[in-house]
Amino acid sequence: MNAPALTAMQQGLQNCEACGLLSRPAPGEEEGECPRCGQSLDFRKPASLQRTWAFLMAAAICYIPANVLPVLTTTTATGTESDTILQGVILLWSPSGWPLSLIVLFASIMIPSAKIIALAYLLITVHRRSNSNSEQRVRLYRIVEFIGRWSMVDVFVDTFTAALIQLQPLMSVEPGPGLFFFAAVVVFTMLAAESFDPRLIWDADEFDGG
Amino acid sequence: MRNSTGGTTESIDLLMYNQPIADRSLVSCPHCDLLQRLPDLAPGAAARCPRCNFELWRPRTDSLNRTLALTIAAAILYIVANTVPMLGLSVVGREAFTTVIGGAQHLWDDGSTTVAILVLFTAVLAPALQIGFMLAIVIGTWRDPVPGWVGFLLRHHGTTRTWSMIEVMMLGVLVALTKIADYATVIPGLALFALGALVFVLAGMQSAFDPREVWERIEWAQTRAERKLAQERASGFAS
Ligand SMILES: [Zn+2]
Ligand SMILES: [Zn+2]
Repeated sequence: MNAPALTAMQQGLQNCEACGLLSRPAPGEEEGECPRCGQSLDFRKPASLQRTWAFLMAAAICYIPANVLPVLTTTTATGTESDTILQGVILLWSPSGWPLSLIVLFASIMIPSAKIIALAYLLITVHRRSNSNSEQRVRLYRIVEFIGRWSMVDVFVDTFTAALIQLQPLMSVEPGPGLFFFAAVVVFTMLAAESFDPRLIWDADEFDGG
Repeated sequence: MRNSTGGTTESIDLLMYNQPIADRSLVSCPHCDLLQRLPDLAPGAAARCPRCNFELWRPRTDSLNRTLALTIAAAILYIVANTVPMLGLSVVGREAFTTVIGGAQHLWDDGSTTVAILVLFTAVLAPALQIGFMLAIVIGTWRDPVPGWVGFLLRHHGTTRTWSMIEVMMLGVLVALTKIADYATVIPGLALFALGALVFVLAGMQSAFDPREVWERIEWAQTRAERKLAQERASGFAS
């Protein structure tokens, strides 16, 4: 095993996430301001675990109505029809449209649930002070951070479908209540990823080493 | 009379600032906190954290001028993208057109106000701030030292980038196009092409920019606070 790595926190130094300057808080202080850019500094993001859990719970709760309630309501001369996200994916499935259908399936259904599971896994391993797989876990965090925004795809699809198909009395499309909850899932998971401090993944190492 | 550590006895204002470390090449990794020294790098090379592989720094050739050129191009494309129609649709002699803002407007009118605000924010406002901040940052660096407000913009530029989702919207529009093509003839508008180009120009703008170069030339927040304090004290004595 390698000797435990030396971190800024162990040296009593705080890294500015905005400008990258290392600085030392006044003796006895836990926080201060970056002398270069004025950003408020801490050793770790404040209340990172609690905030991430809170956003994650909110996302998990919204996830259910987001998938059960219709995101689009289509009105034609023959009647009204409501589609959930999954029905939208199935509707898009055709000999020519299946690649896009897969993209929407991936972005709207797989990514949000995978993000919630991945962040919960990261939080639980940090709580349990796990010091194995740290490299894989930080890589997982980067993937979550990177792909989260792509879940917004369905919100844009529904927005522009509804905006364009306004051919009353032939056909019109309106957004449904599921869209609100789906957008909430995307925003909450993005906020959860932003609240999580990846440096916590490595902190268990240091306690064992020191 | 005053130096960088002075003022601590009379001013609570300056106490809040941390003491910077003397060795400016020492950094810590934002993803694992490992202390390390940044090597001198040639443009094109990248410094990565040995523990977690995070990219710490990638110096760029002629960063500020290239960023400026790409930012101006992005601003022009952005204005075109938001002023001309993006998508049109024609069915049995009837035509409908929409812009990006029109899409959000329709959601708003339908009562989906929260989603409308989110669409407006991620597809219109955040990209405008992303481009506008970058333009102001690059122009701000023409002064020496770089004024403090550039630091304020640079601190918040990351947030505008996180929420600016032009590329995600483009994919969404593409899917919507395919869906609608089943019912009607879709007419792609000029804005659609402008947005497509904007995706690439924005990516280029971000990768040309080296924030470290700006931070190294900026006037420090602490220096500014000290100067302000000295001015206040001077005017206090005068009255
Ligand atoms: Zn700073
Ligand atoms: Zn690292």
